[in-house]
Amino acid sequence: MGNADLIVCRDVSLGYEGQEVLSHLNLRIGGGDYLCVVGDNGSGKSTLLRGLLGLLPPLAGEICRAPELESGAVGYLPQQTQAQRDFPATVEEVVLSGFLNRRGLRFFYTAAEKSQALMNLGKLGVLELRNQSYRRLSGGQQQRVLLARALCAASRLLILDEPVTGLDPAAAQDLYKTLNYLNRREGMAVVMVTHDLRPALRDAGTVLHIGRRGVFLGTPAEYLASPEGRRFREVAE
Amino acid sequence: MSLLQMFSFPFIQRALIAGVLVSLCAALLGVPLVLKRYSMIGDGLSHVSFGALAVAVALGVTPLYFSIPVVTAAAFLLLRVADSPRWNSDAAIAVVSASALALGVLVISKTSGMTTDVDNYMFGSVLAMSKADVALSVLLCAAVLALFVLFYHRIFAVTFDESFSRATGLRVERYNALLAILTALTIVLGMRMMGAMLISSLVIFPALTAMRLFRSFRGVTLCAAVTSVACFCAGLTVSFACSTPVGATVVAANLAAFLLACGGAVLRGRR
Repeated sequence: MGNADLIVCRDVSLGYEGQEVLSHLNLRIGGGDYLCVVGDNGSGKSTLLRGLLGLLPPLAGEICRAPELESGAVGYLPQQTQAQRDFPATVEEVVLSGFLNRRGLRFFYTAAEKSQALMNLGKLGVLELRNQSYRRLSGGQQQRVLLARALCAASRLLILDEPVTGLDPAAAQDLYKTLNYLNRREGMAVVMVTHDLRPALRDAGTVLHIGRRGVFLGTPAEYLASPEGRRFREVAE
Repeated sequence: MSLLQMFSFPFIQRALIAGVLVSLCAALLGVPLVLKRYSMIGDGLSHVSFGALAVAVALGVTPLYFSIPVVTAAAFLLLRVADSPRWNSDAAIAVVSASALALGVLVISKTSGMTTDVDNYMFGSVLAMSKADVALSVLLCAAVLALFVLFYHRIFAVTFDESFSRATGLRVERYNALLAILTALTIVLGMRMMGAMLISSLVIFPALTAMRLFRSFRGVTLCAAVTSVACFCAGLTVSFACSTPVGATVVAANLAAFLLACGGAVLRGRR
């Protein structure tokens, strides 16, 4: 494992109750990388994310996570649940909860954390919403707030699970722009599961396709030339 | 007899102290339970506590010592069921509720017969709180308040987003288990007075009322606590003045508060 590597998977097999969903995966996520995970429903994309987050121990092989991911946390943007959409909470309350990580048993937020939270809201352009109720926001605004919370949790790696689900095209476009900014300007590594191939092929440095027959890992250009990606060529044009 | 005189009766004093504390706990726990879509668990637990109470009386054991472990175990079971993708969770909870109720009625009919006991267990009695119950309520309430204040931010995070909390390293299961145990204790303590059929409303109503009025989690939590205590006091007073059963009167007060809150929310939306 090199210095710049955040997560390294060596010959990893993942699954539930002995049933393999993904097998023999080799993957290296370095600082500043942008990896898109694509593939059919049920092919194991979410399982892979759970493995990368350290929530699911591998059945075989090993997943090495950089020490800073273990002590701090990963910025994770999970899929929204139905219960969340009408949750009574202010934007500030939601964003601050990003700081509850493994740093031990502290019961209150510090002033530094509060200003950091406001800064992250500003970075995502939703600072003026901070006293608003989360349930009154549009889908795109909610997603930005959750992204700000993820930024509070981590400074080097963001893991996103289908972030544009339920967003209209304009809001989705904005979200991709923001991710691109965070990746290019702030050196934030991004791992995103998505069904939306266009940004995957445009912004990502690496594409991981998980299919029923196996996995493909390479640059977007290599992906389009591969048997798995060939059928998506029109999307890229 | 003036209303102030009612507080000179020791049984009313006990009911007031225990009731205020139990409704406070129930309201605080109710906010995360309702938001996590676990309301049915509260209802299921109250039925289980009825069954446990009936069995305890038949065996001649002190009801609280028997009910608390049984209901706590049931709380863990119901949480498991509610979170498991393999189960049809609301059907499973309904089945557990009905079975516990049936078991309770069977046991009572075979021992003491269907007397006023059943009525008391089902719909509560203001006379039910003993000194030991009051002491336990005070302890429980202190525990719930302490845990709630200390873990407030974590409870919020786990309620709002379990996946995220898990990814940031919170032991989500522990907080869910804590919620389950405290809810079980609250229900066991409250059901003697409120009745097995009615206790779950103490958990659910205040949270619903508060959610109509407030938009922040902090606001909802505080409002639920205040509403719950106020409704209990109002219900107890009315029940004393009009000689109505205390459980049903408190629920009616909660319903009135909820309807008022709904009206308030509509008016505010229109303005």
